[in-house]
Amino acid sequence: MAVIELTGVLKDYTTEAETLHVLKGINLQIEAGEFVAIMGPSGSGKSTLMNILGCLDVPTDGVYRLAGSSVGELDDSALAGLRNRTLGFVFQGFNLMARSSLEDNVALPLVYAGVSRSDRNQRARDMLAKVGLDGYARSLPNRISGGQQQRVAIARALIGQPAVVLADEPTGNLDSTTSAEIMRLFERLNREEGVTLIVVTHEQDIAAWAKRLVQLKDGLIQYDGPIPPEFRRHE
Amino acid sequence: MIGPLIGEALRAMAANRMRSALTMLGMVIGVGAVIMMLAIGKGVEDSVRASIASMGSNLFMVVSGAPQAGGIRMGSGSAPTLTIDDADALEDLDGVVAVSPSSPGAAQVVVGPTNWSTSVTGTTPGYFTVAEVKFAEGQAFDESDVRGATRVAVIGPSLAENLFGGDSPIGRTIRVNQSPFTVIGMTEPRGQAIDGRDQDDVVIIPVTTAQRQVFGTQVIGSVRFVQVKAEGPEVMDRLQGEMETLLRDRHRIREGQEDDFSVRNMTSIMNAAASTTAAMKLLLGAIASISLIVGGIGIMNIMLVSVTERTREIGIRMAIGARRRDVLWQFLLESIVLSLVGCLIGVLVGVGGARAVANATELKPVVTAGSVMLGFGVAAGIGVFFGFYPARRAASLQPIEALRYQ
Ligand SMILES: Nc1ncnc2c1ncn2[C@@H]1O[C@H](COP(=O)(O)OP(=O)(O)O)[C@@H](O)[C@H]1O
Ligand SMILES: [Mg+2]
Repeated sequence: MAVIELTGVLKDYTTEAETLHVLKGINLQIEAGEFVAIMGPSGSGKSTLMNILGCLDVPTDGVYRLAGSSVGELDDSALAGLRNRTLGFVFQGFNLMARSSLEDNVALPLVYAGVSRSDRNQRARDMLAKVGLDGYARSLPNRISGGQQQRVAIARALIGQPAVVLADEPTGNLDSTTSAEIMRLFERLNREEGVTLIVVTHEQDIAAWAKRLVQLKDGLIQYDGPIPPEFRRHE
Repeated sequence: MIGPLIGEALRAMAANRMRSALTMLGMVIGVGAVIMMLAIGKGVEDSVRASIASMGSNLFMVVSGAPQAGGIRMGSGSAPTLTIDDADALEDLDGVVAVSPSSPGAAQVVVGPTNWSTSVTGTTPGYFTVAEVKFAEGQAFDESDVRGATRVAVIGPSLAENLFGGDSPIGRTIRVNQSPFTVIGMTEPRGQAIDGRDQDDVVIIPVTTAQRQVFGTQVIGSVRFVQVKAEGPEVMDRLQGEMETLLRDRHRIREGQEDDFSVRNMTSIMNAAASTTAAMKLLLGAIASISLIVGGIGIMNIMLVSVTERTREIGIRMAIGARRRDVLWQFLLESIVLSLVGCLIGVLVGVGGARAVANATELKPVVTAGSVMLGFGVAAGIGVFFGFYPARRAASLQPIEALRYQ
């Protein structure tokens, strides 16, 4: 069974002046272990779709099933539980807690999951090692580079062993070499650990790391299939 | 869950040290003021109670002049209407243990080169029973001294110290307004009277001698007030009525006419004093409470700013799984920690302030465990009460809106 299943998903934004139809009927299935790139022009609704997938926003109409449960029927607390245990987020702007050490940043989802302190710290250190940040546990976020900060964010997204990791333009703030390193990390996590990944980007050389491409245009899926051969990774 | 959130609260406070300190200052002042005010109130209450108790129990005070509502105004009015004969008549009532007609006044006391201004009370031996006077040295004068208007005096210990240094005053001669008196007794220390006079800086002489030889202007035989000591609390009500009837009779006051004396018992004096100190405590408490509330509003203010500033942080926390109640607790704990730390410092300031007041003034503030607990309870309450609204506001944010906030 698909871990993500969208059926006829609509999203409208109503402002004083007008009603914007941003998503106009999205049908999408993603299986566990997939690595999907979502592309599309600016304003095509990529972030809107990601917010719905991440249970941060609700569709105006349609059904979203995540890991078997129908998201529309859940209350706030159950949604928080899904975000905590079933989903992992990687943002364009890293969004780390500036006052907390890297270790505490990575461990934060476990705080809300009720994991004991010693357990949290151990798992956070292991996860930092996995993303290549051995020995940085007690550093503060402003002491490390953007690429390293994004690795911390990835470690934080992965620590709860989520079913799906969502990344909205994770390389948008990074140079192309660092971007490639981040994508190589994603690719490895997908291949070796079977992490399900959905990455939004508007660069072909980033999308080239994924195995499946979903193209959005004007709120509809325009293309859904394998990565076209002309997409080349920037190694 | 609460554990790591307290850590977060402390970290947030540490991140904004200046702001946290200023916010806490409100609580520090509020709690400090409450504790100090309560301590001063309690101190005043205790000293009033002690000085009333020092006057003895089961006591009536019969004062010359028309009754006045509440308050204690001894020695007021123009010509005294009570007489020593009135006092004798009162003593014959059933249930009266002793009476002491008194004529107080000020006088110059001279011993050799030493000249001292003090208060002089002319009275009868009953005084020593009524006021439960204990003697450090010597003894009281007796009825024959009153009858013969002899020049003998009992003096208070601080006056003795002032006049004779460490030497025994017994048998020495003092001049009171020119007349020589022989000191026959010295009382033990008695502290302040209810009207603030120092009962240790006094000369007590027979009332007859006082009127004839010390206070030349007084009408012979009349006194300002008469203290009456009753057997026990159970006869007080009956005696009050009998004393009033007796005196109206003796003074030929007809039905409907106003009394020219008033009979107060110590219970009513005690009640008047108690209601005065209670009012003072209430006033002090009210002033202090206002500063606590102002401190609480300061906390609310800062927490609202903090919630707005950290909207994005709230969004991130929600995105990685914080439930609304986790966010609520985070901010609530922050304001509780702020107010409790402020309160802790406030307790120290309040206790220190009470000490300083004790050292610098006559007041003896008393810090009670109750007032410290009250301060703590109120501070925690204020932390919750004024922290709740900002915390609710943080918890009710929509995750997506909070994440978009720049
Ligand atoms: N909260 C909102 N209110 C109104 N319009 C919005 C809101 N969020 C997004 N939009 C609009 O929806 C459209 C799609 O936005 P978005 O999903 O962010 O696009 P993309 O991420 O593909 O660039 C844009 O036209 C944007 O202006
Ligand atoms: Mg976008």
